[in-house]
Amino acid sequence: MSALLQVEGLSVQFPTLRGDVAALEDLSFEMREGETVALVGESGSGKSTAALALSRLIPESTGCIISGRVVFEGRNLLGLPLHELREVRGRRIGMIFQDPMMALNPVFTIGWQLAEPLRKHFGLSNRAARDRAVELLGHVAIAAPEQRIDQYPHNLSGGMRQRVMIAMALACRPSLLIADEPTTALDVTVQAQVLSLIKTLKDELGTAVLLITHDLGVVWEIAQRVIVMYAGRKVEEGTAAHVFDDPQHPYARELLRAAAFASGEGGRLPEIPGSVPSPFEIPSGCCFAPRCTSAREICYAALPPLKSTKHGHEAACVLVGAASP
Amino acid sequence: MTEPILIARDLRKSFNVGGGWFGASDQLHALSSVSFELFPGETLAIVGESGCGKSTLARCLSGLMELTSGSFLVAGRDGRTFIRDDALQFHRAVQIVFQDPYASLNPRRTVSQSIADALRLHRICARGERRARVTDLLLQVGLSGDYLERFPHELSGGQRQRVCIARALAVAPEILVCDEPVSALDVSIQAQIINLLKDLQQRRGIAYVFISHNLALVQQICDRIAVMYLGEIVEMGVAAVMQQTFRHPYSRALFAATPMIGSRKVDQIRNPLAGDVPSPLHPPSGCHFRTRCPFAEARCRDQKPELREVAGRLVRCHFAEEISSNRQSRPRGSLPD
Amino acid sequence: MTALTDFWRKYRRNHTAVFGLLMLIVVLIAATIGPIIYPADPFDMVGRPASPPSARFVLGTDVSGRDMLAGLLHGARVSLLIGFLASLGATLVGLIVGAIAGYYGRAVDTILMRCTDFFLTIPSFILAIVIIAIFRPSVATVTIAIAAVSWPQVARLARAEFIAHRDREYVLACRALGMSDFEIITRQILPNALPSLLVVSSLLVATSILTESGLSFLGLSDPNVISWGYMVGVGRTVLRGAWWMPAIPGIAILLTVLCINLVGEGLNEALNPRLQRR
Repeated sequence: MSALLQVEGLSVQFPTLRGDVAALEDLSFEMREGETVALVGESGSGKSTAALALSRLIPESTGCIISGRVVFEGRNLLGLPLHELREVRGRRIGMIFQDPMMALNPVFTIGWQLAEPLRKHFGLSNRAARDRAVELLGHVAIAAPEQRIDQYPHNLSGGMRQRVMIAMALACRPSLLIADEPTTALDVTVQAQVLSLIKTLKDELGTAVLLITHDLGVVWEIAQRVIVMYAGRKVEEGTAAHVFDDPQHPYARELLRAAAFASGEGGRLPEIPGSVPSPFEIPSGCCFAPRCTSAREICYAALPPLKSTKHGHEAACVLVGAASP
Repeated sequence: MTEPILIARDLRKSFNVGGGWFGASDQLHALSSVSFELFPGETLAIVGESGCGKSTLARCLSGLMELTSGSFLVAGRDGRTFIRDDALQFHRAVQIVFQDPYASLNPRRTVSQSIADALRLHRICARGERRARVTDLLLQVGLSGDYLERFPHELSGGQRQRVCIARALAVAPEILVCDEPVSALDVSIQAQIINLLKDLQQRRGIAYVFISHNLALVQQICDRIAVMYLGEIVEMGVAAVMQQTFRHPYSRALFAATPMIGSRKVDQIRNPLAGDVPSPLHPPSGCHFRTRCPFAEARCRDQKPELREVAGRLVRCHFAEEISSNRQSRPRGSLPD
Repeated sequence: MTALTDFWRKYRRNHTAVFGLLMLIVVLIAATIGPIIYPADPFDMVGRPASPPSARFVLGTDVSGRDMLAGLLHGARVSLLIGFLASLGATLVGLIVGAIAGYYGRAVDTILMRCTDFFLTIPSFILAIVIIAIFRPSVATVTIAIAAVSWPQVARLARAEFIAHRDREYVLACRALGMSDFEIITRQILPNALPSLLVVSSLLVATSILTESGLSFLGLSDPNVISWGYMVGVGRTVLRGAWWMPAIPGIAILLTVLCINLVGEGLNEALNPRLQRR
């Protein structure tokens, strides 16, 4: 089965007052149909940049330079003319963002906004689009959709708004859903509802989901494959089971221990000393080396290449494959 | 048996919203009858989601907001009169650290100026000594003297939060209210700040009121936990006792919904808690949680449950004895929207 | 010092703003030193009336034979003085009103803002005329009148800034430390509000000069001083024949106001980082 999405060498550079900054460096991965892949990392990891770069949503005014290839359903999105790209966006790729209040237009009813992709991509009449929108609202478990459809975003709670966004993103039954921090702004119980909804819908529609998040707990809940990013680069990739049970990269290992609130020595939580390097001061060689307890001289000298252990599990570290400590 | 450093009794806080010059305004009940005790050197976690009143509680305890009714004793003194008559002294006893380290520091003041404000205000040391004191405080929170003349925008989130902690420590408080102190920080930095807070607690014996929405986190680091819902404490007890076995349906739901890496919980993804938090303007009659509770019955609507001792902790539920972690959530009554 | 060099570095990037600043400096120099090196009394009738620019009178003479260049240089002093002082006065009053209204809110805010609205609903130019008409026209009354009609916009801006900051966590932290309201307003919030106020203040200089020109055009300025507006007013009737008479002071007003606006914009871009484009 050919891949639904093939990202090859995706790099994004931004010009700033202090020189060019590489927000994303050489990201490559594949997604098959119906797969759930999580792109996980902390601030400065480049994950959000990757999500926006995939469908060319980074505004041109930033002067960013995107290189590499993003092959979606056989076509390189980065090379597509704008009118063709617009056909893909919304129809074949759906997107949901972190803050539903910002992502929904406050002056239009949710029914109108929900029907918009239907009118645009399917050419449905207003009546038909509205009926379909009511159906979609019911699908995302919003009670009394016939009344809700004429309400405005501010009439809804955060969880409901996020569900409307999901409905909008899935309205045209896209083959890929990009979810950029979909539950970060939500309460824990609402997050569980939304994650459950995403799981159900993606199983029903067979949509592949690219989940961007910093929350490893969310990854634990719904991801099948995990890509760990640090300072703009991919440092580990593998199935969720592999990465969570046996992380190969020291950063991934420490991050998982910190995220799991594992108890460390003396009742303290395990720490990673230092902090993420500023994009202006990315060290040469392995970018995690300054904070890594297992760092060797070779780590500072050259960028470690991605090495595989088992099928599909790879990490960018010289220690991969060596006996575990 | 030491005396509690903080005793809260029946705290209530309501806001008037809406209404104009002529219309009647609605009452938003942010806090309804909150009572607890805090002992020196211990950490009490307040856990809840949005609308539960934890931020309001933080502000009332640190003197930023006035309570509508109820009282709290700080080191034996009544909080209200303490603030009214001896405000500076009160603020030396109770300090607060906020969630957003980016907004918690004045962008136009250097690190040393922000911390020195605290020293100057409370006349903690002579003018000439201030710089040395500030440097010492920075060292205590893990920052070097290099940071004295930096501005907040030159610091990372974790560093800013350390500065905020240093500022709070400058007055040597006995109680530190931490309002979601690590929620806005990267995961790898969260552990640093929490370890710092723990170290400071051990060295100085400060009592913490640690507010968070993350049950997994607080179970690791806090001595006692209080779960709040719509302005009330619904379950409270020693963390070690509560562990994984919560008795209140909301606590159970919250625990089930909290992703915990390494464990798969049965209830969670398959039947997450339905519905949304009711508006604090019109909380449900009787038990506030009954509209979403899988165990709700008629009694829950008519009779408000009190906090009572069940299985070694306090629970606000009529059926607390029967609820245990072995039971699946079996709906007993109808599941309202 | 680094804050200043940092500011200059940002300001420098806007070329029109730098140009505006240079021109403004030229005008300021002309205003301060001009009358000293060219000490002719602008009120002296020294030449043939309405003579065009010549070797003797570089800018010609006006309808009464007064030296235009002398008038221009002395007028610069008056216009700039009134402009800066009126702006300063308006800023001080507006800042105090806006800060108190914004920080305390509720009843205080309502009362102060209704006062401000009252001033805003009356056309400012008309109000200035009324104020000057009540008191004798002089540099002082003109300055006060202009300040009196300009402070409301500063008050609005100051109020918006203080409202934005008063609920920020750093202010809460100061209150939790027991800091007094006065210290929070002056030492904590004010430095944050200052950049926006500075921009408005600089633009106010420009509008004050324009207002003053308008007032003296109508003959409502201090009769003992020459100002640009007065010169324009005097030369109005001979616009067809001796165009330079109203045109030259008019251009001076135009250029000065333009430069101040450019400087104001430059300040805005340099001081308000949110508006910075890459």
